[in-house]
Amino acid sequence: MRKGQSWFNTTSVALGFAFLYAPIIILVMYSFNDSKLVTVWGGFSTRWYFELLQDQAMLDAAWITLRLAFVSATVATLLGTLAAITLVRFGRFLGRSVFSGMIYAPLVMPDVITGLSLLLLFVALGVDRGFWTVTLAHVTLTMCFVAIVVQSRLVAFDRNLEEAALDLGCPPFKTFLVITLPLILPGVIAGWMLAFTLSLDDLVIASFTTGPGATTLPMKIFSQVKFGVTPEINAISTILIAIVATGVLIASLVGKRREVERQKAERLALRGG
Amino acid sequence: MVGPAIGPIRRSFAPWNDPGVKPFIEFRHVTKRFGEFVAVDDLSLQIYEREFFALLGPSGCGKTTLMRMLGGFDEPTDGQVLLDGQDLGGIPPYRRPTNMMFQSYALFPHMSVWDNIAFGLRQDGTPKAEIKARVEEMLALVKLEKFARRKPQQLSGGQRQRVALARSLAKKPKVLLLDEPLGALDKKLREETQFELTDLQMKLGMTFLIVTHDQEEAMTVADRIAVMDQGRIVQVATPAEIYEQPNSRYVADFIGDINILEGHLAPAPPGSTRLECAATGANVEVRQETAAPTGGQAWFAIRPEKVRISLDAPTDPSVNAVRGEVWDIGYLGDVSIYHVRLSTGATLKATITNATRLVERPITWEDKVWLTWSHDAGVILTR
Repeated sequence: MRKGQSWFNTTSVALGFAFLYAPIIILVMYSFNDSKLVTVWGGFSTRWYFELLQDQAMLDAAWITLRLAFVSATVATLLGTLAAITLVRFGRFLGRSVFSGMIYAPLVMPDVITGLSLLLLFVALGVDRGFWTVTLAHVTLTMCFVAIVVQSRLVAFDRNLEEAALDLGCPPFKTFLVITLPLILPGVIAGWMLAFTLSLDDLVIASFTTGPGATTLPMKIFSQVKFGVTPEINAISTILIAIVATGVLIASLVGKRREVERQKAERLALRGG
Repeated sequence: MVGPAIGPIRRSFAPWNDPGVKPFIEFRHVTKRFGEFVAVDDLSLQIYEREFFALLGPSGCGKTTLMRMLGGFDEPTDGQVLLDGQDLGGIPPYRRPTNMMFQSYALFPHMSVWDNIAFGLRQDGTPKAEIKARVEEMLALVKLEKFARRKPQQLSGGQRQRVALARSLAKKPKVLLLDEPLGALDKKLREETQFELTDLQMKLGMTFLIVTHDQEEAMTVADRIAVMDQGRIVQVATPAEIYEQPNSRYVADFIGDINILEGHLAPAPPGSTRLECAATGANVEVRQETAAPTGGQAWFAIRPEKVRISLDAPTDPSVNAVRGEVWDIGYLGDVSIYHVRLSTGATLKATITNATRLVERPITWEDKVWLTWSHDAGVILTR
């Protein structure tokens, strides 16, 4: 049952995509602009990319951001996974609802509040603010996202698999390592990637909790924009977009290949040989 | 899987009748509560070595909980579970000499068939060569040699079932626990597999404990059956005893098809019981001693295949006989079930084996018929 596209559908799709992607396309286009003025087209050039390579402050910020995202995502994944296991596996325990509420609180808390309260905490404790305070702040923020992703995977997990391993003589902790973990790994990896991305583009919380020598890329870009947008910022944004787009593409390709393999396996099973 | 002749072994196997034989598995006054819910209620049961024992009952009757307590996945709230003389209390599942085949098969999806079967052996640190030999033996046993490198999701339902069986047998457990092992298979494959299971159990000489809600399955595979209801055992007996001498209406009704008629006990000569039965409009005589007092409520239960249906009046005046009219006929191929309405309004079921190809039914709708049965065809039940 194939219908012709109505003009209404076509227009709404076009408008929707334009709204989502036009700003990005313009941003990418102007990163190849020869002119120093962002809004005036002065011919094609890659000079801003070369200029970016000379800008040590910008490169430092990028490096710090990546390191920060990596460390905080890893710690958040570890803690978030443990939290998810506790919530799914340990049934009812004293303070369970308080625990689950506290884990999900950062999800709905405005960034400004989280940032401010963390800042007040660090000041009160007299901690020197810098790389590690931002990392800590990002762990707090992203842990709940990991917990949610891993939890959904664990809920769908067949408990009999663990019981079968125990039944065959495998002690509980080893069972977790060789049976549970490999099977929830896609959820754990997805959680890590989510945490990484969230940390990568956070501006508000990082601004509150950072100190000297720990300027992240979003902070750097934001502070530069205050003095006017240079095409250099367009260039670094384009690079970020390219990285993210590549990641998404790879993830979807891997997913598709898996699907094809799964269907092949099912056909094989149906033929009974 | 054709082994040595199993007839003589099965015929003479009855350790439960021998007071000298010690039980292999013993549940002693076991109670299991989940919060308010009592899953198993002060239950005692003995199972013997090399026995194929079935726990039969509707879902929620506590049969799976009972099995899980033997496997170590649930601890009894009260009472003891013993295996081979050893109290299993407090021993975790990974240190128990039992293995379980799960209803969902629980095959590890990220491991090949080979690795699934080898998993248990690897946990014990068995030498590599021995693991290899044992896994190959298991693969041959379930005829899956060609599928060793496949992942579980690349197998059909029947093949997965056999992998699960091979995996649970690989460690030579003292007891194999089977939780609804054939539930996911289609009817034909299930019937085949039932016979394979009994042959396998004979061949390996192991003790099997099966949980099922399918009475045919229990009857086919088991040496003895425990019929359960609401956390208690109603009757433990061989399939034939359960079928022919049920001890209660619950068992009689749960296993197979049966007519149950209510009545009151009347005075009878010794060695027999007489039931005043309003439904038949006559007294029913059964060759059976009943301890219950005269006048007490009781039920007469008779299987449809033991009721003879005929157009002619019985010549022997001593048999139980009632008149009725054929109300409905259910044709099942191998047998036909006749629903006969008596003058009292009660309906009795009688089956006829269709021994010849049916051209025209000798007895058909609205025929006036006689239903007769001998004195030892049915049983009197008092509960």
